[in-house]
Amino acid sequence: MIRFAGVFKAYPRGSLALKDVSFHIAKGEFAFLTGHSGAGKSTVLRLIHAEEFPTSGEVRVSGFLTADLTSREIPRLRRRLGIVFQDFRLLEDRTAEENVAFALEVTGARRATIAPKVMRVLAQVGLAAKAAAYPKELSGGEQQRVAIARALVNDPLVLLADEPTGNLDERATRGVFQLLRDINAAGTAVLMATHDLDLVRQAPYRVIELQQGALVYDSGADGGPETDAGAGAAS
Amino acid sequence: MNLALREALLAFRRMPLLSVLSVTTIAFALFVVGLFGLVAINLRGALAALEERVEIIVYLRRGTPVETATLAITDIETFHEVATATYVSEDEALSRARRELAEFQGVFADLRANPLPASIEVRLKPGFRSAEHVNAVAERLRGFRFAEDIRYGREWIEKLDRLRDVAALVGLTVGAAFAIASVIIIGTTIRMGVLHRGREIAIMRLVGATDGFVRRPFLLEGALKGALGGAAAVGLNHAAFFTVDRLLFDAAFFDPAWVAFIVLFGTALGLLASAASVRRHLGSPTS
Ligand SMILES: Nc1ncnc2c1ncn2[C@@H]1O[C@H](COP(=O)(O)OP(=O)(O)OP(=O)(O)O)[C@@H](O)[C@H]1O
Ligand SMILES: [Mg+2]
Repeated sequence: MIRFAGVFKAYPRGSLALKDVSFHIAKGEFAFLTGHSGAGKSTVLRLIHAEEFPTSGEVRVSGFLTADLTSREIPRLRRRLGIVFQDFRLLEDRTAEENVAFALEVTGARRATIAPKVMRVLAQVGLAAKAAAYPKELSGGEQQRVAIARALVNDPLVLLADEPTGNLDERATRGVFQLLRDINAAGTAVLMATHDLDLVRQAPYRVIELQQGALVYDSGADGGPETDAGAGAAS
Repeated sequence: MNLALREALLAFRRMPLLSVLSVTTIAFALFVVGLFGLVAINLRGALAALEERVEIIVYLRRGTPVETATLAITDIETFHEVATATYVSEDEALSRARRELAEFQGVFADLRANPLPASIEVRLKPGFRSAEHVNAVAERLRGFRFAEDIRYGREWIEKLDRLRDVAALVGLTVGAAFAIASVIIIGTTIRMGVLHRGREIAIMRLVGATDGFVRRPFLLEGALKGALGGAAAVGLNHAAFFTVDRLLFDAAFFDPAWVAFIVLFGTALGLLASAASVRRHLGSPTS
């Protein structure tokens, strides 16, 4: 479903952020992306949601080469991806509920269909009771749950999480991680960048490790089945 | 749609001062243009009354037979600008002069021969009474061999025409200056909005908003400000009209179509300003 093939990435005014990275993540899989700061984890995620494009090599999401997507197709791709960041990226002047609804409004969803979906995902992340709270009235862990709810509300193919527990204390970290595991158990693939090795050790999931832009370890390095290219559409 | 409208309205609350300034400049731009428009409209009323009386008089050479004149009249009446053409004989001219110039009764009585020439009086149809048409018709009348002299109120028609042109020109120039200022101010407001909402825009894109969707609230904001400015301009113009109408003379105001046009023009101006600004500052989808 996500396939990197010989990907190099050089930022305009930087050195190589990724060097010859290849891997494949299947539908429903859970994978950690680890590595030291600056190893290129965020870059991998940015290449997947087409915020950046490979300097050379191929990035395919759901069969589509990101480099070939038109500016109209990129939003469509993003609607099929759930994205979560360390800093939550919630809108401060909107309630939890409105933040989640925002992801649906942006797609032009019908008003009537929005509210039930929003309540369903808020319940799924355990925040139904705080739907009317503003971000500043929520703890870090709760804010991240809102962000996860927003990422889930469009039924994504994969949840991309960039250090989702980076700003959280241990308890909140465990809670959010458990939530991600539950989401994966329900069928959504999860790709989680983290340098929290305790977390990585806790779970029996695949680990992809980057070092200075190079892929140095992949516990599931069988290259993956070659069957998904072109299967399923981005929209 | 709803989201875009809500965002556009929020923008007013976020930057009230700049928003008010945008609306005010558009309002002033259109107010000034409108003011000159009103002058033009009312001047046109006055002109129409004067132009009612526009006539061209062709003085005939002495000895021109009546038949020739009558034939010419049927010819002249086929000109598409011409409403009527009437023959005034030498005798008629004299008796008219006697009637109208009663003080000179004695002078006329002493005349041995009638000094007044016969003439053809040509009146033009409404819509063909401007200097341009009068000149054109006069030029054609000059072509008749029996025409000795042609008289018409050319000077003052041209002056009034010019006055109207100047009013329109001044209005458009001042209005254009204000319009440019308002485009710049609206553009700046939108730009500040875009910068202010950079985080929000990034999040919108993250969750899959299209470029059009990101731009829509800004375009709507500009259009809304333009429409408000246009409406305010109509209000100001009406106040001006009302004052003049009350204190000075019976004046005319824009008809509903023109009012709608002014508001629409303001809307277009606001839309244009925001579109230009958004294009510059929201650039590519991944920036
Ligand atoms: N926009 C950019 N312009 C230039 N260089 C960049 C840019 N973004 C990242 N880099 C560089 O690319 C390399 C990889 O960065 P990246 O953010 O992918 O690392 P990371 O593994 O996510 O690190 P961290 O754990 O600190 O988040 C770094 O050397 C970084 O300096
Ligand atoms: Mg990072």
